[in-house]
Amino acid sequence: MSYDSAKWEVVIGLEIHCQLATKSKIFSGASTAYGAEPNTQACAVDLALPGVLPVFNKEALRMAVKFGLAVDAKIGLRSVFDRKNYFYPDSPKAYQITQMDHPIVGKGHMDIELENGESKRIGITRAHLEEDAGKSMHGSYHGMTGIDLNRAGTPLIEIVSEPDMRSAKEAVAYMRKIHSLVRYIEISDGNMQEGSFRCDANVSVRPRGQQELGTRAELKNINSFRFVERAINHEIERQIDVIEDGGRVVQETRLYDADKDETRSMRSKEEANDYRYFPDPDLLPVVIDEAYVEQVRQSLPELPEQKKQRYMAEFELSIYDAAVITASRELAAYFEIVAAQCGDAKLSANWVTGELSAKLNKAELEITASKVDAEAFAGLLQRIKDNTISGKIAKEIFEAMWQGEGSADEIIESKGLKQITDSSAIEAMVDEVIANNPEQFAALQAGQDKLMGFFVGQVMKASGGKANPGQVNQLMQKKLKS
Amino acid sequence: MSLDADEVKKIAYLARLKIEEADIPGYVSNLSDILDLVEQMNAVDTAGVTPMSHPLDAVQRLREDVVTEGNQRELFQAIAPKTEDGLYLVPQVIE
Repeated sequence: MSYDSAKWEVVIGLEIHCQLATKSKIFSGASTAYGAEPNTQACAVDLALPGVLPVFNKEALRMAVKFGLAVDAKIGLRSVFDRKNYFYPDSPKAYQITQMDHPIVGKGHMDIELENGESKRIGITRAHLEEDAGKSMHGSYHGMTGIDLNRAGTPLIEIVSEPDMRSAKEAVAYMRKIHSLVRYIEISDGNMQEGSFRCDANVSVRPRGQQELGTRAELKNINSFRFVERAINHEIERQIDVIEDGGRVVQETRLYDADKDETRSMRSKEEANDYRYFPDPDLLPVVIDEAYVEQVRQSLPELPEQKKQRYMAEFELSIYDAAVITASRELAAYFEIVAAQCGDAKLSANWVTGELSAKLNKAELEITASKVDAEAFAGLLQRIKDNTISGKIAKEIFEAMWQGEGSADEIIESKGLKQITDSSAIEAMVDEVIANNPEQFAALQAGQDKLMGFFVGQVMKASGGKANPGQVNQLMQKKLKS
Repeated sequence: MSLDADEVKKIAYLARLKIEEADIPGYVSNLSDILDLVEQMNAVDTAGVTPMSHPLDAVQRLREDVVTEGNQRELFQAIAPKTEDGLYLVPQVIE
């Protein structure tokens, strides 16, 4: 971020497209499985052959309602499908079936955590059901474009936020929360590489203090958290440059190019953004009742926000640790097993958000693919808790466990890493270190307290890291007084 | 309410319809007449009438989420003008 934030205010709203994890498409019985041979999962309905009719998928409805309840939104008991008309070869009907005036999910909200530890509420305007389009392949087809319609008709919810975000970081935080939520409630796999979860960002800037919103540009189809932040920051700087050079921002759609780290105008779509929405005569209004909504509500798991609050209350975790752990349902499940087995939730949280997460990040693994399972991890923490090993040695053991060398106990045994808690043995080492460093000891006795660290360090080193640091400290204090 | 020739051209473009220049005055007058009729209907007081989204007084039936359609690519592509590697080929779309 290199703009003057005292001078400029940034306004961001996001539209998130999230594929629903149904087995079949939203209006047809074709499979939604990813990665099939081109056009082997595009049936007559998806191809818009004459005479076909769409029939709405029950599960897509249930998942959309589930999302609405999870963001505390009003559920549309009567929702209506509309046609959004445009010509593009990845949409053979020449319209997309979506919801305009009567979406399935109305106003809701999502809280995000800011860097300063506070939380901020982001408004959700609405979320509606719609169908995804196919994919276009450019190049290597004799100057023609190849079309794969396997994705056409995959159910989506488009989640539209209020323009409540004030920085790229907030936008990323919001996107991550929504991403975590849809996976929690099991309505989407959230796979960004496969395009299951992607977003458009509406970005504008205005001089701080100005009421009226600046002209916005829409950044299309961003499919990674890193790119969202970069694309938005880039766009903010571009708009400020335009205004400071005396120009005007034009309302347009821009595409982010990750390779060049720039956004560029998509002129082709600029012309005639006139979608002429009207109710789809092929589909009747979708009517549900309160009992149905209640039934869906009962199926909701504990949500990340609720879990976070519970961890803070029950385990006395910091808001940061609680937020990190509850961001993923799988990580939270792992943590709960570790905490229950080792009997120390704070120690578990420190290790799960620290060593374990670092290791997973480095190896680019999800928690479910961790080389050390929750039971084994708890076994390691138990040995810290009962003073068999120090935290420092535990890191070495964790590394060995990750390499598949066995359980914590086996490694402690085979490598002789058991902590020395025998006072007389430690005292002998303390005496030796003092004897070898008479000048420093005299200085310590004369009041140079910072030398205490030096002595403890030397004793720890002499013990190969195996002495109990607390005991070393106590013994040093004793020596000093005697 | 009446349309002008440019609006008619725009509507035709949006619908990707090719219209002859000579026919435009006819479309202008016909389409304007339709809009005038709608305007007359707008005069009716509809306060308290629920907007209708479908002429049938029925609600949508739902489908179970099961895969019922198998691969019929060969059959469908037999009528396509051009295909390659399983893809439908269309005139180049420039982004």
